[in-house]
Amino acid sequence: MLNVGQINEGFVLDHIKAGKSMTIYHDLGLDKLDSCVAIIKNARSNKLGKKDIIKVECPIDMLDLDILGFIDHSITINIIKDGEITSKKKLSLPKQITNVIRCHNPRCITSIEQELKQVFILTDPKKEIYRCKYCEEKYSGKR
Amino acid sequence: MRHLMSPLDFSVEELDRLLDLANDIEQNPGKYAHACDRKRIATLFYEPSTRTRLSFEAAMMNLGGKVLGFSSADSSSAAKGESVSDTIRMASCYADICAMRHPKEGAPLVASMASSIPVINAGDGGHQHPTQTLTDLLTIRSLKGRLNNLTIGLCGDLKFGRTVHSLIEALVRYAGVKFVLISPEELRVPDYIREEVLEKNKKEYKEVIRLEDALPKLDLLYMTRVQKERFFNEEDYVRMKDFYILDKAKMELASADMLVLHPLPRVNEISTEVDSDPRASYFKQVQYGVYVRMALILTLLEVEIC
Repeated sequence: MLNVGQINEGFVLDHIKAGKSMTIYHDLGLDKLDSCVAIIKNARSNKLGKKDIIKVECPIDMLDLDILGFIDHSITINIIKDGEITSKKKLSLPKQITNVIRCHNPRCITSIEQELKQVFILTDPKKEIYRCKYCEEKYSGKR
Repeated sequence: MRHLMSPLDFSVEELDRLLDLANDIEQNPGKYAHACDRKRIATLFYEPSTRTRLSFEAAMMNLGGKVLGFSSADSSSAAKGESVSDTIRMASCYADICAMRHPKEGAPLVASMASSIPVINAGDGGHQHPTQTLTDLLTIRSLKGRLNNLTIGLCGDLKFGRTVHSLIEALVRYAGVKFVLISPEELRVPDYIREEVLEKNKKEYKEVIRLEDALPKLDLLYMTRVQKERFFNEEDYVRMKDFYILDKAKMELASADMLVLHPLPRVNEISTEVDSDPRASYFKQVQYGVYVRMALILTLLEVEIC
């Protein structure tokens, strides 16, 4: 059993697909935080076989969980306060994401007006399709 | 305050009211001749357009209003690098309503987010052209007497042809409408129209390459031009532009009451010999375009005429 020190306030992101933790580390902006972050790769998991886990010690309103829902909504978030898990949160696909991904349509207005927010809207939750708010082009990049 | 970005911004009931108003304008133009006295429309056209711009301007003038604007990006402050948002903020100070055409998709939506006057999308790249759709719907309803139970052939550039996309999105809301999508393989309708519009609304459709195969069963044929400006590659354009030419011989395969519509301008996809055929309705469509834009201006400006 691997033991990583307990955190007092923050998150434990569990059930991350094995190998995805570093992507999430960067997408959540954890590299920019002056907080204690532990990344556990390839931990044993009954459900997934192997999984990654991230522990972050930070105030709980500091992270944009919508981004996480977009990257991988099967991740479980354990919210820690006073050293205890106070709640578990299941992620769902966010209805809208802002400034997470970019529209690659060369005909989109965002291609010439760089200061516009990059907004994508979930148009088909079943097929997990996001479209650019402006030109409605489907996002077909990597998540 | 309302804007018009997509033909789906109006519910079927609202659309019915708009088309009724357009028909009333057609029957009683004098009643509306001063409806927009002292009002102004700004036509902000960042790319060349003859028909749509003139249609908006004629519509506003028929209502007694005035027109200001520009007709290419070169003659606007966009050439100096001004953003769409700043341009519409400026135009909001000069006009009561705005019609915007822009080569970049989503530009009118960006304008509507910063505007204090109603913004009408007058065409944004290959994306939407809602007032053409309103024109098409008014033409079909006026000449066919209905918008339901029709078999509609759409022919030509179904990939980049924004009028086609907008028209399909509007027509799937009516019962019994079937589509025949006639295009070369390279210009097929985009997957999102197939999957998220036609299939999602359980609409019957088929895709064919030969126009002759489709013609006998159509109530309406909507021809489109292969648009040079939508191609990044000249070679692809040259290969596609003569793929379909509707002529007298092909018209003989069609039923006696099949309408031929075209958003215009045409290049050579409809031979001029078809113009005298009573089924050729594309010039009537232009006139309906003015009526429906008049109705739209009145609706968005919330002007009521008793």
